Amino acid sequence: MSANNINDRIKDMENLVLRVKNLNVDLEKEEIIKDLSFEVKKGDVLTILGPNGAGKTVLLRTLLGLLPYRGEIHWMPGIKIGYVPQRLPFIKDIPLSVKEFFRLKGTREKEVKEVLSLVGLNDDFLNKKMEDLSSGQFQRILVAWSLSLNPQILLFDEPTTGIDIGGEETIYGLLAKLKKEKDLTILLVTHDLSVVYKFSNYVICLNKCPICQGSPKEVLIPDILRKLYGEEVKFYEHHRH
Amino acid sequence: MSIIDIKIMEQFLLSLMAGIFIGGVAGYLGTLMLSKKMALVAGPLGHLTLPGIALALLYGFDVSLGAFPFVILGIILIWLFEMRTKLSMEALTAIVFASGVAVAFLFLPIEQAETALVGDISEISFLDTLITCILCLPLFVLIKRIYFKMTLINISEDLAKSEGINIKKYNLLYLFSIAIIVALGVKIVGGLLTAALVAIPAATARNLSKNLSQFSLGGIFFGALSSFLGILLFKITGFPAGPLIIIVSTFFFLISLIFKKV
Repeated sequence: MSANNINDRIKDMENLVLRVKNLNVDLEKEEIIKDLSFEVKKGDVLTILGPNGAGKTVLLRTLLGLLPYRGEIHWMPGIKIGYVPQRLPFIKDIPLSVKEFFRLKGTREKEVKEVLSLVGLNDDFLNKKMEDLSSGQFQRILVAWSLSLNPQILLFDEPTTGIDIGGEETIYGLLAKLKKEKDLTILLVTHDLSVVYKFSNYVICLNKCPICQGSPKEVLIPDILRKLYGEEVKFYEHHRH
Repeated sequence: MSIIDIKIMEQFLLSLMAGIFIGGVAGYLGTLMLSKKMALVAGPLGHLTLPGIALALLYGFDVSLGAFPFVILGIILIWLFEMRTKLSMEALTAIVFASGVAVAFLFLPIEQAETALVGDISEISFLDTLITCILCLPLFVLIKRIYFKMTLINISEDLAKSEGINIKKYNLLYLFSIAIIVALGVKIVGGLLTAALVAIPAATARNLSKNLSQFSLGGIFFGALSSFLGILLFKITGFPAGPLIIIVSTFFFLISLIFKKV
């Protein structure tokens, strides 16, 4: 092996944010994820695509160390993860202002203002009650929350859930903008194909067992999509401009 | 003022002090328990302490001391039930904690039943008061230290874990705080009413608060105030202090319903 090759490999290793090898997750004796392997490099936007019940959220939760698994999950040592959950149903049980929600994490007010402005919200939101926010505002706050204290990677669980189309557009616009500004690596879960084409450079199709992975243009061919979503489901062709 | 009067006054002040300290900290912890939908847990735990209280009354040592091993047993049971089985808290209450009451009444002298059930703070000693206050202070600090992290855990364990929070550790500290407050609480409101000591001030504060700091301060305020007024009423009326504290607390709760922010 030449010195260049070794250097390249070392560089690759340094750029590696996450490596997953032969991952298996069983819940209550049901096989949810089977033999999944992939890597995430710095600056990647990786989408995990699959129908409802495909095990996407389970995968995210496993990566976060919340579920038991077999196989290997290696995060870059000392990495800071920002997690944006799908919903926070219990938050309405607790009287909480936006400012206090950030305080739970230990974010200082100055930084809260910064991340709020990053997601397009002004300082007036600091004293608003969490339960009074619209779903779009709530989603933005969650994104801002995950962004505070400078994570290197963001994990998004179905960021579109509960947001109207207008809001959905801006959430992805927002993600693209954030990625540029903050030099982030993003791993997101969705069942929305258009997101994959617009936004990510690598896709894993998952329906319990991994069906395909690669760049969206390479792997999202009609045959694969049929396999992923079933024969009956129509798929969106992506437009090459 | 005669010496007897001074003694009575002194005793009254000791009761007040112990009551205010326990009531305030219980109300504070109660806000955390309400967020976790665990406010009622203090009830069955209190019931389980009854055999310990009975032993303490029989052999003449401090009721909190008697209650403590039983409340620890209860905490372990809760932990086991949560981790190992799918049985609900309801089943736990029905099976285990009710048997605490049953066992206590096998050997509790009936004339001391009232003290065991609804507490008696009227004859608390100086040393008892001192120990109570000294225990309450670090307990308050402990609750304050775990408060934000526990709140995050209550909102979402996933989110907390992604922030690197050791959920087991915090749950343990939280349960430990509950154990101490229940053991102290039985002193003033007995084995039957401990749930009310933590739950009602917190519920009142919930009704009146717009944010977390108002909520937690409200818990402390209504907890301490209810104890203060309850013991004051006991002084005036001669009815047992424990039930009076809870009745005052309930009164505040009813008032809070009127002002509840919809």
